[in-house]
Amino acid sequence: MAHAAHHAEAARRKDIRNRWMLASPALVIIFLAAVGPLFVMLVYSFLAKGDFGNVKWEFSTQGWFNVVFYRDIFDDTLGFADANMTIFWRSVRLALITTGLTLVFGFPTAYFIATRQPNKRDMWLFLITIPFWTNILIRTFAMQEIVRNEGIINSALIWMGLIDSPIQIMFTEWAVLFGMTYVYLPLMVLPLYASMEKIDFRLVEAGYDLYATRLQVLRRVIIPLVKPGMIAGSILVFIPSLGAYVTPSVLGGGKNMMLGNLIALQFGAGRDWPLGAALSITLMVIVTAALLIYVRNAAKSGGGAHG
Amino acid sequence: MSDAKTAENPSKSANSRKIAVDVQGASKIFGTGADRVAALDNVSVTIAENEFFTLLGPSGCGKTTLLRLIAGFEQPTAGQILLEGQDISSLPPYARPVNTVFQNYALFPHMTVAGNIAFGLEMLGKPKAEIKQTVAAMLKLVRMEDLANRKTSQISGGQQQRVALARALAPRPKVLLLDEPLSALDLKLRKEMQIELKRLQHETGITFIFVTHDQEEALTMSDRIAVMSKGKILQVGSPREIYDHPAERFVANFIGETNFLEGERTKKGVKLANGVELAVSLPEGLAGKSQVTIVIRPEHARLTARAKTGLPGILRHVVFFGTDTHYHVDLDACGEFIVREQNNRGAAPAFKAGDKVSIAIGENAAQMLRD
Ligand SMILES: Nc1ncnc2c1ncn2[C@@H]1O[C@H](COP(=O)(O)OP(=O)(O)O)[C@@H](O)[C@H]1O
Ligand SMILES: [Mg+2]
Repeated sequence: MAHAAHHAEAARRKDIRNRWMLASPALVIIFLAAVGPLFVMLVYSFLAKGDFGNVKWEFSTQGWFNVVFYRDIFDDTLGFADANMTIFWRSVRLALITTGLTLVFGFPTAYFIATRQPNKRDMWLFLITIPFWTNILIRTFAMQEIVRNEGIINSALIWMGLIDSPIQIMFTEWAVLFGMTYVYLPLMVLPLYASMEKIDFRLVEAGYDLYATRLQVLRRVIIPLVKPGMIAGSILVFIPSLGAYVTPSVLGGGKNMMLGNLIALQFGAGRDWPLGAALSITLMVIVTAALLIYVRNAAKSGGGAHG
Repeated sequence: MSDAKTAENPSKSANSRKIAVDVQGASKIFGTGADRVAALDNVSVTIAENEFFTLLGPSGCGKTTLLRLIAGFEQPTAGQILLEGQDISSLPPYARPVNTVFQNYALFPHMTVAGNIAFGLEMLGKPKAEIKQTVAAMLKLVRMEDLANRKTSQISGGQQQRVALARALAPRPKVLLLDEPLSALDLKLRKEMQIELKRLQHETGITFIFVTHDQEEALTMSDRIAVMSKGKILQVGSPREIYDHPAERFVANFIGETNFLEGERTKKGVKLANGVELAVSLPEGLAGKSQVTIVIRPEHARLTARAKTGLPGILRHVVFFGTDTHYHVDLDACGEFIVREQNNRGAAPAFKAGDKVSIAIGENAAQMLRD
């Protein structure tokens, strides 16, 4: 008996050891790619800034201080870092609007693809992914051709006689929104399509059969069933939009900086690495908080029985 | 029940009752060119109020298409569909007081049992209290009170079937369409649900249009049956009419077992190749052909020792089936003929293979086909 128990115990231990061994590649990757860099950022955010970039190895909360406050270089008075706050707020606002816009445009697109014949769907999905083949920087510069004063939009409007002089779109938030919606739209369409494709469209017919109009079928049948895709798509779009760098810097210019540009600035011309690190962690906290709120609300409204 | 005649005389014939659904010359063509399929070809049929009407036919004959035309999921290529005398052909499904029990049930997976049943009532904008009351009544009707708050993925196939029925019945439609609702159930459950469906139809008084490819199901459940083949309705009648008096070869073949005999029309009936003349019932819509086919059900004939009357032949096989015995007879000049006789306990069969026998045809047993 004791012998058997001993064996069982040994087998169990071996089992556990094997499990750790099997998981080790994943653990190494997680550590190197996620936990490690995060830790470095955290450490850097609590160091003093070096004179020409980099950091001095002494403890300092100046980086974090500078996220929220601003010390005037001339009279040394303490002020609220409202420039940072404006950028925070703009980033969150533009990221939310981008998420909303990609949802509005992505939903019908995904619905269209999901309702094609099965053998045609792959072709449409393939078309959706074509933009990924070109570098985002090149695509964004190409977009300048559309939104700049002598660009396609303005030329067309002037040609049609709707306006006399070009509307300023370039270097405004509109241009940034336009660019981000375009860039992140596939990230919304793909997960939306994935959950729409699973819908049994006989459920839609069942809805019509039970006196639901098109709008009611959309609201009561399709949207609840596509909800997982909407959540996944929103997360996939919101996170990179919040930290977007290329689009706001190319299309938004200096006046419409977003968090990504602000952070990049600290590691570049600003030469304030601790502030950059602190801003990066702040960005991450915003994302995490937004996700938690969003997922919790989505789960609550999605779990209801009916009504 | 407003019709006094109906109340006094619960006749099964369609013309003594108000008409619920009137399909007039409906055709449905899918695709074009090489892909062209005439799913329905000029179908006309009237279905009476409070009738249990069955569309019976093999897979692909157009049963589902006809239901979908009535429900409004498809538009007829030609023809009209009337509901209580009103043309509903152009109405969308949500504007038709017709509900469907789908073949795979199509229950909403994100709602509970009660939520599913309430859906139609909510869409009709019924008051909350009424919805609650109706849902409770429906749950009771299909005996699902205990499972009201379950998700539909957490109940068995038979229970899903009941929920689908309750959901479709809750808005009290004028007509309930059922597309092979029992085909996914196992035999025992199917028998139970057959009885359940009849009970529900009786209790609700709603017109049922029921689709099946199972002839036994059609015979046991229906007030009237329409037998379909290749987009056409071949014959409409009560189960007994369809069984005893099939009008076409397809109908006779599809329902039950039968013997086919070829012959020539005479004044008295039909003269077979062996010279025997039989009295026959005539089908509707008979053309003036002289060479005709007649059918005789195996149980409408009797095996005798070789006699002057009847059809002479040699007994080839005797097949024992428990409740009855099949005798396969090679008729002189007329091909094979099967006779079915009920078995009596302990009685050995009176004939054995190789015997010279005659087949006595029962009165009214022979039915002439129109094709
Ligand atoms: N949407 C459609 N497109 C093309 N052909 C169809 C469509 N629906 C049905 N059909 C064809 O119409 C015929 C009848 O189909 P259906 O009504 O589903 O038959 P049943 O329900 O009797 O099995 C079949 O040949 C089927 O392939
Ligand atoms: Mg079918």
